[in-house]
Amino acid sequence: MILDVGGVSFSYRSKEVLREVEFKAESGEVLGILGHNGCGKTTLLKCINAALSPCGGCVEVDGDPVGEMSKREIAKKMAVVMQTTSVTFPFTVYETVMMGRYSRIEALGGEGEEDAKAVYRAMAETETVRFADRYIDELSGGERRRVMIARALAQEPGALLLDEPTLHLDINHQFDLMELIRRLAAERGMLVVLVTHDIVLAARYCDRAIMMREGEIAAAGPVGEIVNAENLREIFQIEADVAHDERFGIGVTIVGRAGGKKRDAGREG
Amino acid sequence: MDDSEAGLERYRRSRARRSAAILAATVALAAATFAATMMVGNYHVSWGEVIEILLGGGSPEKRQVVMDIRLPRILCCAMVGAALSLSGLAMQSLFKNPMASPSILGISSGAAFGASIAISFGIGAAALGRHSIPLMAFAFCFMTMGAVYAIARTRYGVATVTLLLAGVAVGAFFNGLVSLMQYIANEDTMAAIVYWMMGSFNKCVWDSVYIALLPIAAGIALMALQTRELNLISAGEEQAANMGVSVKRSRAMIIVGASLCVGGSVAISGTIGFVGLIVPHILRMIAGPGHRLLVPMCVFGGAAFMMAMDTLSKAAFPVSVPVGILTSLLGAPFFIYVMKMRKKEMWE
Repeated sequence: MILDVGGVSFSYRSKEVLREVEFKAESGEVLGILGHNGCGKTTLLKCINAALSPCGGCVEVDGDPVGEMSKREIAKKMAVVMQTTSVTFPFTVYETVMMGRYSRIEALGGEGEEDAKAVYRAMAETETVRFADRYIDELSGGERRRVMIARALAQEPGALLLDEPTLHLDINHQFDLMELIRRLAAERGMLVVLVTHDIVLAARYCDRAIMMREGEIAAAGPVGEIVNAENLREIFQIEADVAHDERFGIGVTIVGRAGGKKRDAGREG
Repeated sequence: MDDSEAGLERYRRSRARRSAAILAATVALAAATFAATMMVGNYHVSWGEVIEILLGGGSPEKRQVVMDIRLPRILCCAMVGAALSLSGLAMQSLFKNPMASPSILGISSGAAFGASIAISFGIGAAALGRHSIPLMAFAFCFMTMGAVYAIARTRYGVATVTLLLAGVAVGAFFNGLVSLMQYIANEDTMAAIVYWMMGSFNKCVWDSVYIALLPIAAGIALMALQTRELNLISAGEEQAANMGVSVKRSRAMIIVGASLCVGGSVAISGTIGFVGLIVPHILRMIAGPGHRLLVPMCVFGGAAFMMAMDTLSKAAFPVSVPVGILTSLLGAPFFIYVMKMRKKEMWE
């Protein structure tokens, strides 16, 4: 699958949020979209899956403009896992994951054997089978996030779009989740587009990254090339040490804010 | 549970068996309530005689009681109970709010205003004859729905929350107009409006069945076609759209379906409160939030509830009490009891 984002611009009323964002990505890679809060990352994700219509430019999947596809067709091509999940009426985990089959079941049809198998595969991959009968509001944040990924996998999409997947998770759950994402790209050959402000995790687990600043692409390329002290200072205003480790990949150690004061500056005595 | 594929399959099968058993029990309850309510009334008719009459026999007096009085009234109860319960379920899921009811979009208030001007001024009587009150109620129900949709519409489309606010505002406006009608009306007219507002099946005849059947059947069908969409929308509109639901289209179908149901119900029975809130709630506590089971359960369970309430309203008191009073008086404490039994953690 080839995702082609061609010069996408978007405005909320008069405020320009995205300005001619352009990149391509394909199956099997993990692409990180990095940037400060409010730099347009989530808006870009919404333009990619046609939840928002760009003011300019076009998003294409395998050469077809997503703006001209039906919601059902888009859901077969890409699945989205959002930052937060509201639970007004708690469904069981199994029912929640089965919802992901919506686009694969005929309008007046019911769930069949094939759907049950797809749900099992998705749940096995995310290690959520053992709590299939539990209610979604009984799960921890990390378990719930895995269930949401299972639901997305049940859609059997070519691309997985994740918005801040590690938000509110402890460090071990963050590693677990990112390892799962890498496995999905490697074993299922999925394209994973990951929106995050966590530079440390993105540097370690993404193949390529796009760094955004005020709605524009400030830097793009393989993480080994663009995650460096200079870009981090310029785009994120942080001082960081970037090390390449054979075992763990790229490690970023954030030292402090660029041009920031010392920790004890301003203290009396 | 164990994490093998066989384990998940066992869970899936047991879930399907449980759903089938719950649905069968609800259908049986509706059938039993229908049978029981056909026998109860001022004039005793045994079940054997009811069957005989339904098959075309029986004495002329008893035949008249069963075929011309009880059957149309019970059919009206069943239709209205099913319509209000399903509309309540759909509104709760659409607005992701367990406190939502069919009246949330202001449509029942609009219908009440339509009926009250027909009662007060005889508006529509010339064109619509003796059906002027139900038909004015039905017409105003749809006009209100159109007004709510038009108010909520922006150049970006219709957001659910705006729709909700517009519904509340329009509903309050029509409630004010109904109060004004009662204030300026003479004693007889005011009594007629108040009685109508309390909700009752006392005046239901075969004509009432004919008036309400088509809109309620169409409304139920429209909402039943959205069963899977309701599951996804109740979990969040944005997520539903991401999974392939055309939220705009589904929402329109659900709202039109609920309006047809509410319009048809209010037209023949007046405004009956609380049913659309408590029946889906209680059924959701029993069956869970999945609409594949909840939609048919609301149809049969709502019908059973309303038939039982109406029979109680005419049999348990020296004079027939409007059923709307009884649904609130008995429904509310029962609802609290069920919530306390089933959801202790909500209270402790």
